[in-house]
Amino acid sequence: MSSVADDLHHDEHHDHKPAGIMRWLLTTNHKDIGTLYLWFAFIMFLVGGAMAMVIRAELFQPGLQIVEPNFFNQMTTVHGLIMVFGAVMPAFTGLANWMVPLMIGAPDMALPRMNNWSFWILPGAFLILLASLFLEGGGPNFGWTFYAPLSTTYSNDSTALFVFSVHIMGISSIMGAINVIVTIFNMRAPGMTWMKMPMFVWTWLITAFLLIAVMPVLAGAVTMVLTDKYFGTSFFDAAGGGDPVLFQHIFWFFGHPEVYIMILPAFGIISHIVPTFSRKKLFGYSSMVYATASIALLSFIVWAHHMFTTGMPLFAEMFFMFATMLISVPTGVKVFNWVATMWRGSISYEMPMMFALAFIVLFTIGGFSGLMLAITPVDFQYHDTYFVVAHFHYVLVTGAVFSIMAAVYYWLPKWCGKMYDQTLAQWHFWCSLISVNLLFFPMHFVGLAGMPRRIPDYALQFADFNKWISIGGFAFGLSQLIFLALIIKASRKIGEPATAQVWDGAEGLEWEVPSPAPYHTFETPPEVK
Amino acid sequence: MTEQSQSNNRMVIKLVAIVIGMFGFGFALVPLYDVFCDITGINGKTNPYAATYDVNTDVDTSREITVEFITRNQSGMPWDFEARTHRIKVHPGELKTVEFYVRNPTGRDIIGQAIPSVSPGTAALYLNKTECFCFEQQPLKAGAEALMPMQFYVDPQLPEDIKVFTLSYTLYDVTGTSTVAMNRG
Ligand code: HEM
Ligand SMILES: [Cu+2]
Repeated sequence: MSSVADDLHHDEHHDHKPAGIMRWLLTTNHKDIGTLYLWFAFIMFLVGGAMAMVIRAELFQPGLQIVEPNFFNQMTTVHGLIMVFGAVMPAFTGLANWMVPLMIGAPDMALPRMNNWSFWILPGAFLILLASLFLEGGGPNFGWTFYAPLSTTYSNDSTALFVFSVHIMGISSIMGAINVIVTIFNMRAPGMTWMKMPMFVWTWLITAFLLIAVMPVLAGAVTMVLTDKYFGTSFFDAAGGGDPVLFQHIFWFFGHPEVYIMILPAFGIISHIVPTFSRKKLFGYSSMVYATASIALLSFIVWAHHMFTTGMPLFAEMFFMFATMLISVPTGVKVFNWVATMWRGSISYEMPMMFALAFIVLFTIGGFSGLMLAITPVDFQYHDTYFVVAHFHYVLVTGAVFSIMAAVYYWLPKWCGKMYDQTLAQWHFWCSLISVNLLFFPMHFVGLAGMPRRIPDYALQFADFNKWISIGGFAFGLSQLIFLALIIKASRKIGEPATAQVWDGAEGLEWEVPSPAPYHTFETPPEVK
Repeated sequence: MTEQSQSNNRMVIKLVAIVIGMFGFGFALVPLYDVFCDITGINGKTNPYAATYDVNTDVDTSREITVEFITRNQSGMPWDFEARTHRIKVHPGELKTVEFYVRNPTGRDIIGQAIPSVSPGTAALYLNKTECFCFEQQPLKAGAEALMPMQFYVDPQLPEDIKVFTLSYTLYDVTGTSTVAMNRG
């Protein structure tokens, strides 16, 4: 091992990088690009979060008081788009950029110049989307799912900008996915066979395949919306022979795999953190790999569980109900494996582990509400209510977002060379944990009682619950500022120095390079035994 | 240059081919969906062309099917539009005619297009229309009114479990995009 470390010291002497902004604009270094993605995702998380605060402020009390209904709709739409395409997906891409080369012992991503492009077109896409909010008539207001005819016949003039920005986001993530796949196929260190690959690498490889399979379908869907609206085609217009239900099929053919794009890398992260802090090997590594692959394959045949109320024939409803329930089997395998990994381990409760534990419990709650929604006859009551909102926020916020936070705590010492501030971390964790449940748990109840989603007002009997939900929302939003402070502190190199190993139970190549990881690593590939 | 970058390039080409293929697949879903629904009749779309009625068709007097008619306007379509017959009982194989009333209460000429939809969707395959105003766009001068006929029979093959089905028409204003001449009224 000492030879690897020697090489790395040598590497540190030739960090030729231009100074200032040009370094970031022109960089092709996977660590720089990873950092850019992560910061971008965090900024988008705060911007999208600010919109959620507007939503919750309006819903604090029944009645219309703060914003116009049309602006409220723009907030729900752009909040969703930003969180999905601007926060969660770029954060995972950032983690992949930083960690995949380090984990497989590669000097960089396979296609560094494309990497630079795939990041730098993203800010443009979101500037366009955000700018559309300030145009006359406002930005997109048809929901992140942009169902036709809301996005065609009834949408405002800024729809072309919406379509354009989604195209750019799509191109960016497709380029990112291609890069990940080529890197993993071609740049693994000698001896790193498929079944020795770290779980994060496996889950990202499968995610990348999902991305190149469904992002083009999304691009097709927005293109059809564009031509229906501006060029007189009738893909989704019944008057011209089209069918608005077709839109939903195309959208959800993309949309359901998309939700797994946002959770598979999270599964990978948790599969690193749980063994580290249980000081045991991951239980059932190969079953984890197969479970991930089968979740990805099954995710293509369940899309219509979002469409139970569109008047599908009975056999289709039955098929999509059972196929959906089938997915919870491999998902259950994963949860079982994490619990089995902890079983009789010597567990310690550092911050990454705390977030991972919260993930396991709360993500499972989201999985259960998903199962409830998968039961066709009851979905007729739950559909388009706050129950669905509760479901997808449990899987996405306490699932995907918590896993990203866990990952940041886990790898931040490696990135910055300093341990994070323990006090701030405790505050961040406990404030987030309590507020996030105050925010999302009561949504189950108001949803079951019939409160519809995406409506700026509600019946009086929901007032108390909504007040508490809003308070939870503001508290969760504020808690993230603690996280921001903690990250700024570590990246300013304030804190206790971290060792190369950082966590004593951690395994993997990333822990064999010094902390902070030098600009260039693994220029001579390490030997994997 | 190196062997490494050659094999990278080969892989990128393959992956880009998948991306282009999937973009195409998104569009291929459009005809696939239509064909699939046509064969299975599951989205309630009826045949857009006139069926021919064979006068020797056996009328199945042992069964009686209730057919209901409802009408609605796309928002912004100002015509009055209603079914003169709201429900009718027919024997499978029997030819019937019903009428729909339209009036253009505005001061401008408008062209309408009615789009039919059947619920439950599976009944759509067995509803044969020999004549329908929905086969063509319908021009109506300012202030004019009209009675539009629809003639149909129910295929005797209609599954036993369907005893009632509903035919709904949604009326769209297609004046802007229409090529039909404005002559009625
Ligand atoms: C056990 C696994 C899961 C099951 C059975 C499941 C089931 C469902 C069902 C049936 C719906 C549609 C509800 C309705 O609209 O009436 C739904 C919505 C949704 N699910 Fe899940 N789900 C699961 C896991 C996930 C995961 C892992 C994610 C993301 C990380 C996710 C994200 C979403 C989102 C975003 C929506 C709402 C989309 C929208 O209408 O805006 N789900 N889920
Ligand atoms: Cu789904």
